Amino acid sequence: MLVHLPILQVIVPLIAAPACLILRRPKLVWLFALLASSLAFIISMLLLQQVMATGTISYELGGWSPPWGIEYRIDKLNAFIALIISGISTVVLLAAQTSIEKEIPKDKQTLFYILYLLSLTGMLGIVTTGDAFNVFVFLEISSLSAYSLIALGKDRRALWASFQYLIMGTIGATFILIGIGLMYQMTGTLNMADLAERLPAVAETRTITTAYVFFIVGVCLKLALFPLHFWLPNAYAYAPSIVTAFFAATSTKVAAYLLIRFTFSIFGISFSFTALPIETMFLVMGLLGIFIASTVAIYQDNIKHVFAYSSVAQVGYMIVGFSLSTPAGLTAMLLHMFNHALMKGALFMALVAIMYRVGSSKITDLQGLGRQMPLTMAAIVVGGLSLIGVPLTVGFVSKWYLVVAAIEKGWWWLAGLVLLGSLLAVIYVWRIVETAYFKAPVLGQQPVKEAPMAILVPVWLLVSANVYFGIDTRLSVEIAASAAKSLFGVVQ
Amino acid sequence: MIFSLDTLLQLCILLPIVSTIGIVALRHNQNLREMVSIVTSLIVLCSVVFIYLGLQSGESISVHWLQILPGLSVSFSVEPLGMIFALIASFLWLITIIYAIGYMRGHNEDHQTRFFCCFAVAIGGVMGVAFADNLLTLFIFYEVLTLSTYPLVTHAGTDAAKRGGRVYLGILLTTSIAFFLFAILGTWVIAGTLDFTQGGVFPEDANTTLLGFLLVLFVFGIGKAAIMPFHRWLPAAMVAPTPVSALLHAVAVVKAGVFTVMKVSVLIFGIDLLSILPTTQPLLYLAGASVLLASFIAMRQDNLKARLAYSTIGQLGYITIGALLASSMGVIGGSMHIAMHAFGKITLFFCAGAILVAAHKTKVSQLDGLGRRMPFTMAAFFIASLGIIGIPPAGGTWSKWYLLMGSLNTEQWTILVILILSSLLNIAYLLPIPIRAFLFKESTANSALGIKEAPLACLIAIGITTVGIIALFMYPAPLYDLASSILQTSSIAHGQ
Repeated sequence: MLVHLPILQVIVPLIAAPACLILRRPKLVWLFALLASSLAFIISMLLLQQVMATGTISYELGGWSPPWGIEYRIDKLNAFIALIISGISTVVLLAAQTSIEKEIPKDKQTLFYILYLLSLTGMLGIVTTGDAFNVFVFLEISSLSAYSLIALGKDRRALWASFQYLIMGTIGATFILIGIGLMYQMTGTLNMADLAERLPAVAETRTITTAYVFFIVGVCLKLALFPLHFWLPNAYAYAPSIVTAFFAATSTKVAAYLLIRFTFSIFGISFSFTALPIETMFLVMGLLGIFIASTVAIYQDNIKHVFAYSSVAQVGYMIVGFSLSTPAGLTAMLLHMFNHALMKGALFMALVAIMYRVGSSKITDLQGLGRQMPLTMAAIVVGGLSLIGVPLTVGFVSKWYLVVAAIEKGWWWLAGLVLLGSLLAVIYVWRIVETAYFKAPVLGQQPVKEAPMAILVPVWLLVSANVYFGIDTRLSVEIAASAAKSLFGVVQ
Repeated sequence: MIFSLDTLLQLCILLPIVSTIGIVALRHNQNLREMVSIVTSLIVLCSVVFIYLGLQSGESISVHWLQILPGLSVSFSVEPLGMIFALIASFLWLITIIYAIGYMRGHNEDHQTRFFCCFAVAIGGVMGVAFADNLLTLFIFYEVLTLSTYPLVTHAGTDAAKRGGRVYLGILLTTSIAFFLFAILGTWVIAGTLDFTQGGVFPEDANTTLLGFLLVLFVFGIGKAAIMPFHRWLPAAMVAPTPVSALLHAVAVVKAGVFTVMKVSVLIFGIDLLSILPTTQPLLYLAGASVLLASFIAMRQDNLKARLAYSTIGQLGYITIGALLASSMGVIGGSMHIAMHAFGKITLFFCAGAILVAAHKTKVSQLDGLGRRMPFTMAAFFIASLGIIGIPPAGGTWSKWYLLMGSLNTEQWTILVILILSSLLNIAYLLPIPIRAFLFKESTANSALGIKEAPLACLIAIGITTVGIIALFMYPAPLYDLASSILQTSSIAHGQ
């Protein structure tokens, strides 16, 4: 059984998705989906444990040995990402039933769980597979289900947001496919490890450079790297809030994973960082993303938009870490992927609670909530502090590593800019805090009660994780550092 | 003794934070709730005194909590400078609690439970800062202090309070993240350690230009030290209730700032290195300018609390100067001034609060003749003013003496002139207040009202701190011993 864990990681949610149709009753379906997601979570924990103990696992699908058969290859990097995805998915699902009762019509609720599980399957598939074409297949599974999930939003603008995402996402996926196709044409293989071996021989060709460019642009679209982020804010704002909580914490991480995997393990750093001035490009776009998106976030009226733009800015931090092209920088990026999942998970889950009671996420509707929903607002405060990077939260750990990586490289100015960027977060977070705690409720507005336990429990699970992993950093730092080292070690 | 000193050390930090549970639980019974605060502060004070005795007898006290990042842990130890700070803060906390009970009730403030909770957390933060064994620990508690005092500043919930809170948090968080954290990270990369070490942590061959840059980042980043141009938060914080202004914004928070400056100067840079850095001299002049400008602005303030706030900014400049003089006299004078100014300024604020509660007056120009109605308060105000100015029989005399000695020894003539000039300015903005109160005639006709002092609890607090000011003049020896042992490598101190 344990041998088959790599494939079970993907198969469990994949099989569970259509099985939901048999159950039909939303409540049952919910429990079933929760079970499937928890199983996936347990599997990813076991996998991570195995990888940390024994090293990379290679699993041959159907017994066909690679490079002919499809290989699933688990190393520290993807075990780590899979853990983030399945963990967040499970915690978010805890609140799903309560939340969608108000946001999704009853006849579509089963559909919601099916799509959710498919999306989870897609993400886990992208992460675990060792086959380049498989990546595209799973990318499409996760994207198509994501478009439909977003379109389930109550607000009619959700349809437009979903359509926008569909167009941009399809362009991105197509670019990725073109990249993979060109690589296949030059090397005749789709297996990642095999590709890595054969690419250096043809690295000088223009075709491979083109493949790389297509791939990078496609991934950056998915990653919502500034300035390719236009689909993201509306998609996050108008999707059902539970969907936003799930995606905000996970989907950009998957794209970031692809970027790392292809750059480091497949193309190899000696190629990746010489074919294009990718360090400079990413550094500039990352920094622009941090400052522009954070500034835009300050002026938003809808909190979902605030946090969505904040996500674009946080992607900027990850990319800045990437652009340092040192193990320390990559460690910072990986850490931030983990930590950002926790922050945004917590914040968007708190918004789920607010949507449940207030039914709106406009910033003016938050007035007086500090008294009416103390636990939810406290969660937003802690999550916000984490976003700012106050000590004892995960945000501090990310920032610490990123700044140290910049200083170690001798880029003091970058260290200063990164810290300045986090000050913008102070402004948009504090605007929310002040509204909730100091403004009296709008006249005539019914006072609301604190959110139900079903939502509060996952909210506070994530908030506690923000604090716990901000204090006990052994797990996250150790995995991120050793994954980063091995990624650099492979090629050096 | 039942408890080891290490346990007591942790108790000082944790107990105030834990006590919030008791305060919230007993929120419906005012008297019991206040008992929690008083008992907690008594226990903390006793613990600090025991730790002091332990330090005197040469014990090394250190606690290691947990490792946050590889090579970086939250840990605490006791050294003389932190001891001074902890002693003052814990003692004055007890007094302020007594005062606050009288004030908050006399003034019918809302949200008293939240008030006492945040107050307790802030003190926990102060203790953490005082006993921090490395910069990371110090930074963590520094931020705890910032965040826990924010609700106290915005206590009134009015627009003015909100605006004040925004400036407060804005400046303190901005400087601490953009400069202080930056400087800490730079130190970490260059020195490879953040532990406070006698003689400094930097390797000898480190680039002095870079270190000079770090020093600038430290001095600006420690916004709580209120060096101009990052001083605006302190007047903004005056919207808080008076006990907050008294303890936190005359003692705990601002002293945490200058304490950190002192600690960084002595135990991260080391005074030998500090004296050769290219930026030390300009920063010294900046601190000097801060002292003078703040005094001038203070003279023009009619609002009593605002005048005291600017006076605080000036006095904080003294301590920063003491640190940057990079001489043993400077360090001694600066650290003694932490204590002297604390007693003097808290008394002044207590008096300002008493005047507000008893006579409902907030402006200097309204105080004519008040000495007849509040003789006790105004007498205390007079003595405390002497303490700030630095003339006998008040403790401030000693610290200013050593600061002057320090600037003489290092031949900092400009600084010497600034210090003397500033003392004159202190006279000009502080003494007119008791003079008005005692010598001028009250303009309105209600002078026949007779004596009407603030609630007894307030008066007790004022009495104790005033006695403290005089006692520090008569018996400065224990304080001097602590201050002079800061620089001695052989001394007790560091846990390593």
